[in-house]
Amino acid sequence: MNFTLRVWRQKNGNDSGKFVTYQIQNISADTSFLEMLDILNEELIAKGEEPVAFDHDCREGICGSCSLYINGRPHGPKQLVTTCQTYMRSFGEGETITIEPWRAKPFKVLKDLIVDRSALDRIIQAGGYISVNSGSAPEANSIAIPKPIAEASMDAAACIGCGACVAACKNASAMLFVAAKVSHLGLLPQGQPEAKERVVSMIAQMDAEGFGSCTNTYACEAECPKGISVTNIARLNREFISANLFS
Amino acid sequence: MSWFLKFVTSSVGRKFVTGLTGLFLVSFLIVHLTGNFSLFRADNGEAFNVYSHFMGHNPLIRVMEIGLVLGFGIHIFTAIYLQLENKKSRPIGYDKVDASANSSLFSRTMFLSGSVILFFLMVHLTNFFVPHRVTGKDVVDGTAVVNATKLDGSALLASDGQPIKDMYISVATAFKNPIYVAIYLLGLILLAFHLNHGFQSAFQTFGLNNKKYFPLIRFIGLILSIALPAGFASMPIYFYFILG
Repeated sequence: MNFTLRVWRQKNGNDSGKFVTYQIQNISADTSFLEMLDILNEELIAKGEEPVAFDHDCREGICGSCSLYINGRPHGPKQLVTTCQTYMRSFGEGETITIEPWRAKPFKVLKDLIVDRSALDRIIQAGGYISVNSGSAPEANSIAIPKPIAEASMDAAACIGCGACVAACKNASAMLFVAAKVSHLGLLPQGQPEAKERVVSMIAQMDAEGFGSCTNTYACEAECPKGISVTNIARLNREFISANLFS
Repeated sequence: MSWFLKFVTSSVGRKFVTGLTGLFLVSFLIVHLTGNFSLFRADNGEAFNVYSHFMGHNPLIRVMEIGLVLGFGIHIFTAIYLQLENKKSRPIGYDKVDASANSSLFSRTMFLSGSVILFFLMVHLTNFFVPHRVTGKDVVDGTAVVNATKLDGSALLASDGQPIKDMYISVATAFKNPIYVAIYLLGLILLAFHLNHGFQSAFQTFGLNNKKYFPLIRFIGLILSIALPAGFASMPIYFYFILG
């Protein structure tokens, strides 16, 4: 297959950046999106040009490293997949593909398509943990957790922290990310002691980082590669309201 | 009070205030529409005039009116504040955005629909509130506001013997003007869009999104977003197309 690529190129955080158009030919339909970019980079290196910088690691859709805003959508046109699990068969022959970095005030562009997502790490540091005593592992069955609760917590824990929710949101809000972490920990008994403190601290950090607020368009849920539900945001709101007004 | 300020100025708190005032305004719309249906009584506007006099003079309603002004004010203020803050969160936008692939048009255009409704509200207050409560002069045709009469031509008086102003004739005059009819219908269509997203969105913001009953909340929101604007729209349509 052949494609026209419009790629955001930016030398560093101080550069203003611009789109550069590349033609790429003879790409197998079963090439992954990142492999296609690898092929482009090899061609660029052969020509003595600077390769396109983009984040990637596992390429199995589980690490949350890859990003890319492809044709107006984070992680490209397919639902429930990351960019690395997007294949070129999802695009039309000869299609022009626009590739942009995640755009949000807290996500500074470092180079080309790579943005600094450490703001999400700082939100985790603010409260996304539980305190346990070190020592030998406790008896697994000493705390009974109902299956539906464990499942709901695990569904939230599926969040890989890629930031697609922020990229998709018209307000660049990180609510789905924060909601996933708060639900993941707060639903389980082990997360209860710090539940109220956690939700208040994480929201405060989210606001301090400069993320926007949620206006319930649900674009995040539609674009989340792990299908994290906005019911988690409702839980986050509920916990935040309760922690602030009723405790 | 610092905990309260901290809450209402947080991203979730701002939304909470917007949603709460929004639902309060929905309750106002329901009361307003119910009372306005008296326009359809074939009694030369007597029932409507008695109703509008009551709304303008009852002490309890006057106190509630302050709450209503505050409700509108806070809803509008927080919405503008939210919009400005949210715009700051993405200083550099995307070149290509396929928003329709992941969200509804109504959910993305709340600020726009709200702004049109605010414009409509200004026109609406200028049409009826300002002439009857402030200037005493009808804004549509420039004539002085007159006292209402009954069907037999005798003066319509309130229980305290005061003459009742003829609000009905102001409504009839405004809705004979195609420009006003068009503005009202446009405002009401945008109100439908705004309520369609806003009602259910408020419950999500309060954290009341549960798989069991959220479909019901969505359904009620859908019904309200159609029934309230349609009910209000029936009035200009009745005066312009049926009585006109």
